[in-house]
Amino acid sequence: MTAAPLVSIEDLTVQFRTDRGWTTAIEGVSFDVAEGDCVGVVGESGSGKSVTALSMLRLHARGTSRFARGAVRYAGQDLLRAPERNLRKIRGRDIAMVFQDPMSSLNPVLSICDQISETLCLHQGMTRAAARQRAIELLDLVRIPDAARRVDEYPHRLSGGMRQRVMIAIAIACRPRLLIADEPTTALDVTIQAQILELLRDLRTELGMAVMLISHDLGVIAEFARRVIVMYAGRIVEDAPVDVLFNAPRHPYTEGLMASMPALEGGTERLYAIPGRIPDPDEPIAGCRFGPRCAHVQPICQAAAPDLLAIDATHRVRCTPRTRSLGTS
Amino acid sequence: MADDVLVEVRDLDMAFKINGQRGQPAMLHVLHKLNFDIGRGETLGLVGESGSGKSTAGRILVGLFEPTGGSVKLFGRAITGSQRRANLAAVRARLQFVFQDPHAALNPRMRVGDSIAEPIDIAGTMSRRDRNERVKELLEMVGLPRDSAERFPHEFSGGQRQRIVIARALALAPGFIVCDEPVSALDVSMQAQIINLLMDLQARFGLSYLFIAHDLAVVRAATHRVAVMYAGSIVEVAPKDALYDNPQHPYTQALLDAVPRPNPARVRPPVIGGEVPSLLVPPPGCRFHTRCPHAMPRCRVDIPVLRETEPGRQTACHLYDSDTSSRAQRGIS
Repeated sequence: MTAAPLVSIEDLTVQFRTDRGWTTAIEGVSFDVAEGDCVGVVGESGSGKSVTALSMLRLHARGTSRFARGAVRYAGQDLLRAPERNLRKIRGRDIAMVFQDPMSSLNPVLSICDQISETLCLHQGMTRAAARQRAIELLDLVRIPDAARRVDEYPHRLSGGMRQRVMIAIAIACRPRLLIADEPTTALDVTIQAQILELLRDLRTELGMAVMLISHDLGVIAEFARRVIVMYAGRIVEDAPVDVLFNAPRHPYTEGLMASMPALEGGTERLYAIPGRIPDPDEPIAGCRFGPRCAHVQPICQAAAPDLLAIDATHRVRCTPRTRSLGTS
Repeated sequence: MADDVLVEVRDLDMAFKINGQRGQPAMLHVLHKLNFDIGRGETLGLVGESGSGKSTAGRILVGLFEPTGGSVKLFGRAITGSQRRANLAAVRARLQFVFQDPHAALNPRMRVGDSIAEPIDIAGTMSRRDRNERVKELLEMVGLPRDSAERFPHEFSGGQRQRIVIARALALAPGFIVCDEPVSALDVSMQAQIINLLMDLQARFGLSYLFIAHDLAVVRAATHRVAVMYAGSIVEVAPKDALYDNPQHPYTQALLDAVPRPNPARVRPPVIGGEVPSLLVPPPGCRFHTRCPHAMPRCRVDIPVLRETEPGRQTACHLYDSDTSSRAQRGIS
């Protein structure tokens, strides 16, 4: 934590154009990713976890989205404002991304070899022959059996798990310093999910890259991440090391999320259900956006929107009652 | 349970005709000799990975597919064989289905009240006034405001839409509902609400459910007994606690091991390799032998059948055959 972070996100606020004007999808998102770090981002639909990831590489459609505030700092540049030409050098080379659905992320009419070579030829100026050789090595690295034969196949010939391995091979082709994986195992069966998570974990150590894993699944996050960021309704509500977050969560939403998760061990009494529903981004809510669903809501929660405050060196919480004692302790 | 068996499935087979290699017609055997019962007021969970055949089994049970072999009895009537049409017509009003995606399951141009009343309108047994009153009653049952009937599906969140789908399923007071992945499209905080609702309705009306899901933790929370499927066969059926605390079939064990737990201190057991085999050319013998850590020579030849290993639980695995010398291996697994 003492060294300069690899990527630093500051007060990121992203808005999208809708029929009713500009809607704020995420607001005031700030966190750092250190070199070699392993950050998990967890949240339900609409929490803003994917918007955050896409913003880091400025992948939103221009014209219908805008960065109202904030910065994404990487290697001395603000990626939100850097010229497109600079970003193109960073995307896929320094910072790479793996998406949820390997089916729609691969081009069905190009062979696996073509799709891996593309990034190698573009960023590293490799010849086609060299790129093909490297593609085979990469398929080996992501543990696809019989790589020399598979490299010439087309995506439809591969299973979902194999396709996701190809996506990972493309993402790591240029040895990125940060790999952003957005729900990389959500479309996969549980035994295949376990294989892919193991692969990502091994690659992280082998290549020494930082990984930012986005998931709605607390189990996946607990197994993979070292540090966890919990998002709710477009804001970070809690940020803590993984063991702290799972053993001693401080935000009522994090607590509720864990209590409502069905478990494989322990008693099978009735599930705790967080009442109400996730608010729409435009819904006017006074003060804390979790207030209407919170079991511990107090008048002070409606008075003002809570700030994300550090309760110790590694733990931040956005909850007025739970951070109030900070001044005295 | 003997008198109170609502659903009785025996040696159920299902094959679809497909275009195989070079356009040659081929048979895809998606279900192989399924056997299970569901009692009155009971929830049987059907769990498995994609392609295991769990949804096909659910569709057969509500009469959407005619199986290619075996028998299915619902409420004591066979919906397979020569009496299929007559018997299906007799039980149809007592069967319902809740689908995975509540967005796709509701007509976006129909008012919610009309969607819920559609089964009533088709049955044609109620006056207009009774029908509208019934819709309000159903909305209340699933925890939605009584005035929701005039609104359209897009005005509701995913969890609320699933409540509407459940209200529609309850319209004709059914006895048996097949729920196919009813919560997998929902967020965690919404899942718990819907599972609790299904259990409350079961307690109130004595409903039986077939609860199909890929998520083992959800199945544990929502069911009484669980059948685990792999590549078209049931590999294990057991009461919920027995299955989760002491899984017998190596596939069940691998599946449970693979589920990530919200416990950062857990050290995950080794992951099984390989993938689900093709149903077009299934491996001979036990379909799991290609990935099984305990595979023996006979697993490559003989298809194991589901047999009782303990009172109330059945497993299809040669490790539990009483006539083999492999009983000792049970300790390891």
